[in-house]
Amino acid sequence: MISFIAQRIAKAIVVLLALIVLNFFLIRLAPGDPALVMAGEAGAGDQIFLAQLREKFGLDQPLPVQLFLYVKGILSLDLGFSFRQQMPVATLILQRLPATLLLTGTAFAISLLFGILFGALAARFAGTWADTTITVLALIFYATPLFWVALMAILLFSVAMDWLPSFGYETVGANYTGLAHVLDVAAHLVLPATTIGLFFMATYARMTRASMLEVNRLDFVKTARAKGLSNSVIQRRHVLRNALLPVVTLAGLQAGTLVGGAVLTETVFAWPGIGRLMYEALLQRDYNLLLGVFVVCSAMVLAFNLITDLVYRSVDPRIEFAS
Amino acid sequence: MSKRKILMSLAATFLLSTAALAEGPKAGGVVNAVIQPEPPSLMVGLVQNGPTQMVAGNIYEGLLRYSPKLDPLPGLAESWTVSADGKTYTFKLVKGATWHDGKPFTSADVLFSIEFLKQTHARARGNLVQLDKVEAPDESTVVFTLKQPFGPFIGIFEVGSLPMVPKHIYDGTDFKTNPANNTPVGTGPFMFKEWQKGSFIKLVKNPNYHVKGKPNIDEIYWHVIPDAAARSVAYETGKVDVLPGGSVENFDVPRLSKLKNTCVTGAGWEFFSPHSWLWLNNRSGPTANKKFRQALMFAIDRNMAKDVVWNGLGKVATGPSGSTIKYYTGAVPTYDYDPAKAKALLKEAGYNGEKLRMLPLPYGETWQRWAEMVRQNLQDVGINVEMVATDVPGWNQKVSEWDYDIAFTYLYQYGDPALGVGRNYISSQIAKGSPFNNVEGYSNPEIDKLFAEGAVAFPDAARGEIYAKAQKILVEDVPVAWMLELQFPTITRCSVKNLITTGIGVNDGFRDAWIEK
Repeated sequence: MISFIAQRIAKAIVVLLALIVLNFFLIRLAPGDPALVMAGEAGAGDQIFLAQLREKFGLDQPLPVQLFLYVKGILSLDLGFSFRQQMPVATLILQRLPATLLLTGTAFAISLLFGILFGALAARFAGTWADTTITVLALIFYATPLFWVALMAILLFSVAMDWLPSFGYETVGANYTGLAHVLDVAAHLVLPATTIGLFFMATYARMTRASMLEVNRLDFVKTARAKGLSNSVIQRRHVLRNALLPVVTLAGLQAGTLVGGAVLTETVFAWPGIGRLMYEALLQRDYNLLLGVFVVCSAMVLAFNLITDLVYRSVDPRIEFAS
Repeated sequence: MSKRKILMSLAATFLLSTAALAEGPKAGGVVNAVIQPEPPSLMVGLVQNGPTQMVAGNIYEGLLRYSPKLDPLPGLAESWTVSADGKTYTFKLVKGATWHDGKPFTSADVLFSIEFLKQTHARARGNLVQLDKVEAPDESTVVFTLKQPFGPFIGIFEVGSLPMVPKHIYDGTDFKTNPANNTPVGTGPFMFKEWQKGSFIKLVKNPNYHVKGKPNIDEIYWHVIPDAAARSVAYETGKVDVLPGGSVENFDVPRLSKLKNTCVTGAGWEFFSPHSWLWLNNRSGPTANKKFRQALMFAIDRNMAKDVVWNGLGKVATGPSGSTIKYYTGAVPTYDYDPAKAKALLKEAGYNGEKLRMLPLPYGETWQRWAEMVRQNLQDVGINVEMVATDVPGWNQKVSEWDYDIAFTYLYQYGDPALGVGRNYISSQIAKGSPFNNVEGYSNPEIDKLFAEGAVAFPDAARGEIYAKAQKILVEDVPVAWMLELQFPTITRCSVKNLITTGIGVNDGFRDAWIEK
C-alpha cells in the first residue's frame, strides 16, 4: 500500500507541473493585464504609470523568462507575490482556505448524509408518494441555478423572516468569543452551506436511489431474502453497501472541487473564501494569485482522488491495490 | 484677516441656525458602510482606485477641501493667498496637526509629498506640470511658484488628487514596498485599525484630530460584499447604514429609497462629475465621418435612457463639459432625439450598412441594459451594430488599443476643463496603451490651441470665453457621442447626519458626520 501511495504522489507531482505550465499560458491568452486593470480602476494612467507597474510586476520580461521564474519559485514552494494585493500569494490563500473548507466541508457532509438517506428512503419506498416527493424535490434542486436558490433563501430567511444573517462569516464588530463566536459563525454558515448542500444532496439522492434499485434486483439479494434476513438488514448491509460504490466515486470527484467550487455561493453570501479570491484574481488578471489558487486546487483534487481510491478499498474489500 | 473674520462669522451663523433647528452633533456611534470592490491598498499616494480613495479619504488629507460649488475650503492648510500675477500660491498650514503616530505635520511633509506624488501618482504628475518650484520658508508655510498662471491650480489639492504623505515614514525608502503601506498613517479624522481581507476594513476615531471636537463617530466598518443584490439586502436587513454612490444596481435605488428611515442624495459628485459618452473611432470606418457621428447623436434617445435605465437620475449631457464644472456653457448646437434626421444624415454620409463593433462597459447590469437600448436605437435608423462582450481587463485592452468602433465609458472631470475635459480632445493625448486619453483619435489644431490657452489664460474671465468657444466647436464636430451626466445616489439611514458636506462627497470622509440616537 505504501508503494502504491508513493507512486501516486510521484505521478501527481508531474501532473501538477504540467498543469502549472498549461495554466500559465492559458491565463495569458486572456486580453488585458494587471497593469491595465489597475490603471483602469484609478481612472487615470499615463504611459509612465503603466510602464512602472509592468516593470514592478515583472511583466516587461519575455514570457519564457516569466515562466522560468515562476516554476523556479514553485519548486521552492514559493507561490509568488500578488500584484494587486501586495502580499505573498501563500499568505492570501492560507487566510482564505479555512473559511472555504468550513463552508464546503459542511455542505459536503450535509449533502452526503442527507443525500444517501433520502436516496435510500426513496428506493425503499419506490413508487409511493414518498419516493415521488423526494425525486421531484431532488430534480428541482438539481436543475435550479445555485445563485438563484441563494438569493431566494436570503429573501426568505434574512429579509422576510430575519432569522439568519445574509452575508459574511461572522458578525463584524461584535467581538464574540468562545461559544458565542461558534454559534455566530454557525448562524452565518447555515444559508450558504445549505445552498451548496442542496445541489449535491440532490445528486447523491438520485444516484443512491437508482443504484439501490439496481442492486435490489441482483441474485445475492434474493439469496439473502431466501435466508430469511429481515428487510432492513438486507437494505442496510447488502443493498446499500453495494449501492454506495458509484456514490463514493461521485463524492470523490466532488470533494476535489470543494476548494474552488463555491465561487457563486461565496460571492452572493460575501463569504471570505478562496472561490471569491480566485474569481477576483481572474477579473483583475492577478496572474500569480490565480495560478496560486489553481495550484492549491489541483493539489487538492489529486489528493482527494488518492483518498477516494483508499475509501473504495474499505467500502469494497474486493478492490485491490494494483502496483 | 478680514477674509477669515467673514468666514468665522459665517460659520457662527451656520452653527446658530442649525442649533435652532436641531440639537448639535452627538458624539459616539458606529457606522457600517459598503465598499465595492475591495480596495487593493489604502495607501492613496500609491494607489488611486475608486474604493481606495473612498476609504483612504478618512485616513489621509489634502491641503484643501472643496465646497459643492467647488470653492476651496481649509483642509490641512488653514488659509492661502494668491499673488496678483497668479503665479505664487502661499499656504499657511494648520497648527497642531499630527500624523497618527504622533509626529507633527509640517511644511517638510508637504514638500516631500509633492516629490513623492510626482513619482507615483499619474494624475498629480499631470496637474503639477506648471509647477516651477515649491518652498517652505518656515514650518507652517508653503509657497508654490508656477512657471505661468495656471487657473485650475487651486483645484488640485483635494485628498485623492494630492494627498499628504508622511515624510518620516517614506523618506529614503522604496515607496512601493514600504511595510507601512499595509498600516497607513495619515493626519485624517480616522485611523486604520484592522483589515480582514474579503470581509471588512475597520477604522477608529483619531482622538488627536486637529479640528477640535471632530470626528463624532467612534468606528467605521467598511464591509466587502461582492454581489450587488447582496449589498441591497445588507442594507434592507439593517446590517449596513451607508451605500455610497454606485454600490447597488440602479434599478434597486427606487425600491431602497422607499424603505423606512432612508435618505437618498445625489450630492457629493460635483467635483468628479462623472460624464458618460460613447467613444467613436475617428480614425477609420463610418465613425470617421463627421456626418455619421452627428447622425448617431440624433439617433440615440438619451432622455429615455435617463428615465428607463437610470431611473430618471442624472442629466442629458449637452457637450464635453458637465454642467457642474467650471466654464460650462449650454449655448451649443443641440441634438434632440430625431430618427428621421439621423437617417437623412446617414444617407448624406454614404453609410452602406457596414458592421460596427460596440463595447458596453462591463460594470454590471445597468450598463449592459444601456448598451442594449442604444443598439436598439441605432438599429432603428438602420445602423448595423454588433455587441462585443468583454470583462474589465479585456475592455481596457480593446479601448487602449483602439480596437473598437463605438465604446461606452464615463470619465471624471475634476471640476475644471483643464484637468478632466481637455485630455480627451487634444491631439497630444493620442497615445496607444491607456483608456484615459484621447482614445477616439480626434485631432483639431484649433481645439489644441484653445485648450492650451485656456489652461494658462489669466484672469479667470478670459478662460471662460476660451472654453465656451472650444465647447461650441466640439459639439459641432462630435468627436464622441455625449450621453449623460451621471448621478450615483448615496443611500443612508436618515439617522446618519451631515455625511456629505463637500463637492467630493463620501470620498471626503466621515469627518463631519454624526449619528442621531
